[in-house]
Amino acid sequence: MIAFILRRLVASVGVLIAVGLIAFVMFRYVGDPVNQMVGIETSAQERAELRHQLGLDQPVIVQAARFLLNAARFDFGVSYQFKQPVADLIGARMPATLELALVASILSLAAGVPMGVYAALRRDSALASLLQALSLIGISLPTFLIGILLIYLFAVVLRWLPSFGRGDVVRIGSWWTTGLLTVSGLKSLIMPSITLALFQMTLIMRLVRAEMLEVMRSDYIRFARARGLSERTVHFRHALKNTLVPVITVVGLQLGSIVAFSIITETVFAWPGMGQLFLQSIQNADIPIMAAYLLMIATLFVIINLVTDLIYVAVDPRLRVHINRA
Amino acid sequence: MRLRSARSLVLTLIGAVALLIPALTQAAEPKILRFAFQGELKSVDPYQINESFSLSVNGAVYEGLVRRGPDMKLEPCLATSWEVLDPLHWRFHLRKGVKFHEGQDFTADDVVFSAQRVRGPGSDLKGRIPADAEIVKVDDHTVDFLLKRPDPFLINEWETWGIFSKSWAEAHGATEATAMNATTPPYAGLHANGTGPFILVSHEPGVKTVWKRNPNWWDKSKSNIDEVVFTPIPNAATRVAALLSGEVDWIDPVPLNDQARVNANPGTGVLAGPEVRTIFLGMDQSRDELGHSSVKGKNPFKDVRVRKAFYEAINEDAIAKKVMRGQATPSALMIAPSLFSLSKDFHRLPFDPASSKKLLAEAGYPDGFEVQMDCPNDRYVNDEQICQAVVGMLARVGVKIDLNAEPKSKFFAAISAAGGFDSSFYLLGWTPSTLESFNVFQYIMGCRDPKTNWGGNNVGDYCNPKVDALAREALQEPDEEKRDEIFAKAWKISLFDDVGYIPLHQQALAWGVSKHTHVIQRPDNYYIFAWVNKD
Repeated sequence: MIAFILRRLVASVGVLIAVGLIAFVMFRYVGDPVNQMVGIETSAQERAELRHQLGLDQPVIVQAARFLLNAARFDFGVSYQFKQPVADLIGARMPATLELALVASILSLAAGVPMGVYAALRRDSALASLLQALSLIGISLPTFLIGILLIYLFAVVLRWLPSFGRGDVVRIGSWWTTGLLTVSGLKSLIMPSITLALFQMTLIMRLVRAEMLEVMRSDYIRFARARGLSERTVHFRHALKNTLVPVITVVGLQLGSIVAFSIITETVFAWPGMGQLFLQSIQNADIPIMAAYLLMIATLFVIINLVTDLIYVAVDPRLRVHINRA
Repeated sequence: MRLRSARSLVLTLIGAVALLIPALTQAAEPKILRFAFQGELKSVDPYQINESFSLSVNGAVYEGLVRRGPDMKLEPCLATSWEVLDPLHWRFHLRKGVKFHEGQDFTADDVVFSAQRVRGPGSDLKGRIPADAEIVKVDDHTVDFLLKRPDPFLINEWETWGIFSKSWAEAHGATEATAMNATTPPYAGLHANGTGPFILVSHEPGVKTVWKRNPNWWDKSKSNIDEVVFTPIPNAATRVAALLSGEVDWIDPVPLNDQARVNANPGTGVLAGPEVRTIFLGMDQSRDELGHSSVKGKNPFKDVRVRKAFYEAINEDAIAKKVMRGQATPSALMIAPSLFSLSKDFHRLPFDPASSKKLLAEAGYPDGFEVQMDCPNDRYVNDEQICQAVVGMLARVGVKIDLNAEPKSKFFAAISAAGGFDSSFYLLGWTPSTLESFNVFQYIMGCRDPKTNWGGNNVGDYCNPKVDALAREALQEPDEEKRDEIFAKAWKISLFDDVGYIPLHQQALAWGVSKHTHVIQRPDNYYIFAWVNKD
């Protein structure tokens, strides 16, 4: 078991190094950071000096090695555009993104599961067909379009909700800020979280529906019915419970992509999170922020996958036997 | 019946309270100006980047010795007056009784210190004062500037050379703008202490910046704003929605597509005006063989007939009307009319495809040729669409253009000196920061000299020593009228005899402003909070 974990950890480190290197190579194609750091009248000489200070005139190998070594120490340096430490900048934006991702996940579960159950149990009802149709829209409409439509309807026409930003935030501890404790913060959260949750919600709904239909056909449900259990017990105690195992796995895995996908939602709603910071830094060829962000997202995915693997092993005895034999 | 009257009484009471609440709160409500821009404020240290957005917004906190009024005229600010004792010796009399936001007195020491800081490491505004100029404190409120060369435009950019407090900067280790390889966060990047009409309250980089009114400002305020809140909203549709819904009072820019909607909305309007930036096309005239092209062994752009043919093939009126939807002024010169007194004597070469074809044939390209055009797609208003229009127009005279539209970070990397001026044909915009012709001759029209940065942004290296000589002659001429006559000669040679560049237009500014907010728009697109009033 320990060997398995170790093997997995080594593989994870390998993935991170690979991501780091790929990221580094990609940065060479986003443009010249020096151009974004100075005004247009700055002389070629001053630009060369700057390039030298940043180490951009060194051989690629040296730059890549330095980048990886610093990254291993979580040192991403100073942002080119803001002249502030990258760790501070990302740290200040992290609460916004995590709160948004968390609320979106809860929302997608809270709405997706009941909708999926309903669509499976009342397969032929009009509402179920409507849900199916809606889920198709949710899965196929691009996020930014949904965001803009929501903004137009609820901010411009009805004027119920704010169109951008995070509202007022409350500081908790030294670095966490939350918008969950103020009215304007909660109002600001509604549209971005719905926008971000919509795709996950439809995914969960379709998954629950498919799983539920599958489970409803299985023998133990038939036996449960034969035992004379009420429909309610059959549906929710037996069927739904067994449906949820794969659903939870998917939701866990999707948590990473919710954080990563939030880039678009954050940009549409000018949500001051990490995704917006990342997009700003691409436009400004701000390599330190891009590097830190990419590696952070990669780490997140690696951790989630690692934990999922370990949980599988803990849950499924068959896998354990297999591993011990190997 | 009784029940109903009781209910109506309650309703009346509620109504009365509802009426009272806004009346009570309105009296004490501070006037908050909420402003949104497409980009972010990179730093509250004004020396950090020479970019007009940062310079103008930080100008609310840091003031210069001089400033510009709504008509762009220079006027006294922290200096009450100045005299040019001789062309190499300027004397400035400083305003007395001015205090910095944190209470320090403003004296000559602060000016001498700021002159060092602005030319020191990490500063991107090194050009504000010549490197070899000597700044001498005469007494607490008099400063001398001793120059090595005459410079009639010395103070033209000083509105954005904000004065720092020497003692404040020293106390906080902020005596230098942040070097690129700094490892500690710069104090002056998050805190500010100037003499200006607004005091920085907080700055969250890329998220939000808040200023409050400076009650002790030395000047009489023209604004009734108590607080300014700035938020970057990168997405254009969201920015417009925020204005339409009344969540912000002032946005820039409003995309051309949304201008009708902003005007149709009862509470908002577009404030448009000509900008001082000129958009133009440049051609590579330096390489012996044109790169990115089907022509081998020679460079067609070295032939003035080809350059003229390109010029005549472009229907700028159509670009201004169709691509820019009327929000552009076609330009005959590489400088905006408001910045050059003799502009009206110049007219664009006529749009004439037949003559263009003839010129191409005379130059040996009867069937045209093929060349790549480099174009930014996120820098100027409708930049990529302008290039597409140019591609279509040139196709009609037989020139096949391979359009390479890129984001600005890639575009500028390629066409800059560092990228080896790697472009054969390109679109660029230029605002002369000193707001006069010499700057354009120095950076855009001048023969490239890497040692002095003369011609530093002359990507195609158009070069005519006669033009350079005229520009240098103008620099020695103290009289503005005579100076402009010299510039007129230089414009005539460079743009009409040589066709060194193809000027297109000045794009229009488009601010979105709520009807309750009154702003003043300057053609250099500066945002001056001290001129804003709210009903």
